[in-house]
Amino acid sequence: MSLNRRNFVRGAGAAALSTALPMPLVTKSWAADSTITIASMYDMSGGLEMAGKPMYDVLNFAVEEINAAGGLLGKKITVVSFDTQTNMQLYAQYAQEAALKHKVAVVHGGITSASREVIRPVLDKYKTLYFYDMPYEGGVCDRNIFIDGVTPAHDTEVLVNYASKTWGKNCYTLAADYNYGQITSDWVKKFVRANGGDVLGTEFFPLDATSFGSTISKIQAAKPDFIMTILVGGGPISFYRQFAAAGLAGKIPIASTTFAGSNDQLVLTAEESNGIVVCKNYLEAIDSPVNKDFLKRLRARYGADYQPISDLTMSSYQGVHLWAAGVKKAGTLDRTKVIQALESGISLELPSGLMTIDPTTHHCILDVHLAVMKDKIPTLIETFKQRKPADTAAVCDLGKNPNDTKQYIIKVN
Amino acid sequence: MDYAVVVAIEVVYAIASLVLISLGLAVIFGMMRVINLAHGEFMVMGSYSATVAAHHNVDVWIAILVVPPLVVGAVGVLIERVVIRYLYGRMVETMLATWGLSLFVVGALTMIFGSTTEGVPTPLGGVSIGRYQTSGYSLFVIAISLTAMAATYVLLRRTRLGLLARGTMQNAAMAAALGTDTSRVYAITFGFGAALAGLAGGVLAPISGVFPSIGGSYIGKAFITVIGGGALPLAGTASASTLFGIVNQIATFASNPVYGEVALLLAAIVLIRVLPQGITGRYLRGYL
Repeated sequence: MSLNRRNFVRGAGAAALSTALPMPLVTKSWAADSTITIASMYDMSGGLEMAGKPMYDVLNFAVEEINAAGGLLGKKITVVSFDTQTNMQLYAQYAQEAALKHKVAVVHGGITSASREVIRPVLDKYKTLYFYDMPYEGGVCDRNIFIDGVTPAHDTEVLVNYASKTWGKNCYTLAADYNYGQITSDWVKKFVRANGGDVLGTEFFPLDATSFGSTISKIQAAKPDFIMTILVGGGPISFYRQFAAAGLAGKIPIASTTFAGSNDQLVLTAEESNGIVVCKNYLEAIDSPVNKDFLKRLRARYGADYQPISDLTMSSYQGVHLWAAGVKKAGTLDRTKVIQALESGISLELPSGLMTIDPTTHHCILDVHLAVMKDKIPTLIETFKQRKPADTAAVCDLGKNPNDTKQYIIKVN
Repeated sequence: MDYAVVVAIEVVYAIASLVLISLGLAVIFGMMRVINLAHGEFMVMGSYSATVAAHHNVDVWIAILVVPPLVVGAVGVLIERVVIRYLYGRMVETMLATWGLSLFVVGALTMIFGSTTEGVPTPLGGVSIGRYQTSGYSLFVIAISLTAMAATYVLLRRTRLGLLARGTMQNAAMAAALGTDTSRVYAITFGFGAALAGLAGGVLAPISGVFPSIGGSYIGKAFITVIGGGALPLAGTASASTLFGIVNQIATFASNPVYGEVALLLAAIVLIRVLPQGITGRYLRGYL
């Protein structure tokens, strides 16, 4: 086809149309003066949708609550939402879009630690406040970010102490093969050694790994007292299934930092998951008036058979309310003033218990609850109140170093 | 000693699962020279039909062994009639068409079922070998793959349909001249290969999670095994699966499953370099 003007115009038009067609799923809102815009950036397809969709629902629920009570600073909050499709490129792209195009007041987003480390520098650069509402491996020291999820000092230490006391000192670790899994497995090693035991073996798996036969044989050969699983993704659910298929369910106890976080227990049978011990910031079974009221109103909004609320989902809800409390205290949306307000000691009674933002680390002091899986429901064993983010506090002091923007990684030798 | 038996079972299981995954593709590619890039998606459809049947309280053995081959076999015949029939002999176009088909199937399954992981509970319990436990289901998978190979052999060698199929694949014009309805033979052969893929998906559903994009993790291994095996569907699949399964498991036991996969791929590269026509290009001639 010769390149004359007609063909050129036709081709250019087709190219423009075809690049405009695959638009990402973005709900637009006018960022007028009468509304406050916040961004939600969760994976709602592509493998992590089991975690992302409920977090998105609950974030909108929190926003509706605040708007129904009169809004924030007299204005309504609107949410511009991005579906990052479990794709790191989209995280980087949408973070930039949220900061520059929509000029949002805050971004609540990121599920995996990998995605958080992609958008954190972008939002730092464009001076947009960032709330990472997820449990993770600890160590992030950055004045622009607030994290309301549990870190190893909150939950892994409790889990390892309980396992060592109840089952024995030696452990075999299975972890996800990226920064969260690798760093948390180092923390497990530290806590296991502190209890006088040793980690007999550590294996790392990608998020879509499905064959665990040889791993199960190796575990039996090593004879640990318990197994610690730090597995993430849709594939590793088959570990629990194959473990039970080998007849080992209940013979070697399992503790997990991630199980039941995205309601993976619903895919397995009760026998395959009974006895797994987890430690979460939030359980539906928490017996407090705030929690019962929250569950009643959520089920009224989303239906009585809405899936169980996990601690990932609750972190999203709590993050929105913590941010709103900071804005209210500051009286303005100016980022520096909101950060200072959040550092002045915000403390809220939320469904998971009392949560206080720690000014030196920007992490939270919160309750954690040890639970055992029984018939697909995490059943409370013991509550540990007001645990501090001691792991991040050991390396991070934003009062002394306000310009710090690093993630510190623990060294266990 | 017990540990050696457990390791041996794991190795045989790896070989058997490679055989199961590849047999359907071996029939379609080996006999019809159709490059079916939707093979992984046939397996996923088999897994989903097993899951749906199990959730509707069909007996789990029927849900795994009977429902998927029937469903995916029917789908295979339909696809052959609608898509593949027009593209015989045109390899690049077949690849494109089946690639598009695989994307379509993944999208359709995501729309119907969502991308959350489903599952079928494993029907068999553990088996004790000395101090160790191994999964009884692994032994079942080994048995099924042997049965599938035997059934394919009997079908191709001892039945009239198999004779017509082999004749059509060798020389379609001559077979047609002798009165065979070649387009029907093609449709049935494709359907049979699809049914084998569906059976593999159904049998593997209880041990791996079932989600729409899991086909992608099967297709690579299936193709490597079939190409490494060479032109003969049964002898090639068996020999290539044995080689790759042993390499994979030795590497896995020495380190971890990720390096096991790496070792399998390296072995495939070396094999294709040394035997470009696959194993049955030079050895095991005269077998099926």
